[in-house]
Amino acid sequence: MSSDSLTCEEVIRQLFAYLDRELDTQVSAEIDRHLETCRECFSRAEFERRLRQKVRETAREEPPERLQRRIRAMLDRY
Amino acid sequence: MEPPEPNERTSPDREKRRRLFEQEVIRLMDRLYGTALRLTRNPDDAEDVVAEAVERAWTRLDDLRGWEHFEGWLFRVLNNTFISMWRRRRSRQDRETEFDDPDSAASPDERDFSLYRKLHQPFLLWWGTPQDQFLDRLVLDDLQRALDSLPDPFRVVVVLVEVQGYTYDEVAGLLEIPVGTVRSRLSRARALLQKRLWEYGNRPAAARDPRNGGSSTDGERP
Ligand SMILES: [Zn+2]
Repeated sequence: MSSDSLTCEEVIRQLFAYLDRELDTQVSAEIDRHLETCRECFSRAEFERRLRQKVRETAREEPPERLQRRIRAMLDRY
Repeated sequence: MEPPEPNERTSPDREKRRRLFEQEVIRLMDRLYGTALRLTRNPDDAEDVVAEAVERAWTRLDDLRGWEHFEGWLFRVLNNTFISMWRRRRSRQDRETEFDDPDSAASPDERDFSLYRKLHQPFLLWWGTPQDQFLDRLVLDDLQRALDSLPDPFRVVVVLVEVQGYTYDEVAGLLEIPVGTVRSRLSRARALLQKRLWEYGNRPAAARDPRNGGSSTDGERP
């Protein structure tokens, strides 16, 4: 029973893999449980999540007019 | 394998396909271009990658299994288009830009850098929660610049994993590298990215370097 509680250090070490959904479901569930009760790790996880959300936002950009015309011309050809 | 029907060009089926294709491409355009821009960090290259990907996608549309998969499929074509362009260029240059053993080149500070930890140094005087304030102030321009400053192999894994949500295995397959390499590049890339953000965040806005053009704040140069 006691082996399923992780230390903060273990959680932080696996935090990115956890956020990337790369951990098996059991470990992932253990981290879920830890985050529900540990304010410090929760706040760290939230920070990394929000930062990642911002990284995602950088990959959305209105294409320049020139590219829009180029794509339009291609589509018209199809 | 059968030759196309003579009237295929004008069949209603083909017209419907064409319209759906067009509609989807246009809907995804901002993300296609934005992703290509983050991958290539060069507007001209990004335009070429998007145009080439759209062309490839159209000619291989028969590979698509159902329109509900179009988005993921098109981004996969985009990534592959970028990767082949990247390889072509790299094979012409010397291969010193490989970063397969990132740990060897990193100081411990770089390897383990954590923005969150930095923000919680005891001598920093914040009220409220420093991490929220940092994120609230973080401008997209700085984040783009920090991403663009990463060496290619690092930046690419960040874009594939954080932006596009690929698994480590998928990234390993796309880039034809071992999954352990994906892991180490990703971890090094994140540490570096956070370090850059920390450095930018600690510089007064006026001192920020407007050199890497394209940003809208370039106007105030002497
Ligand atoms: Zn904890």
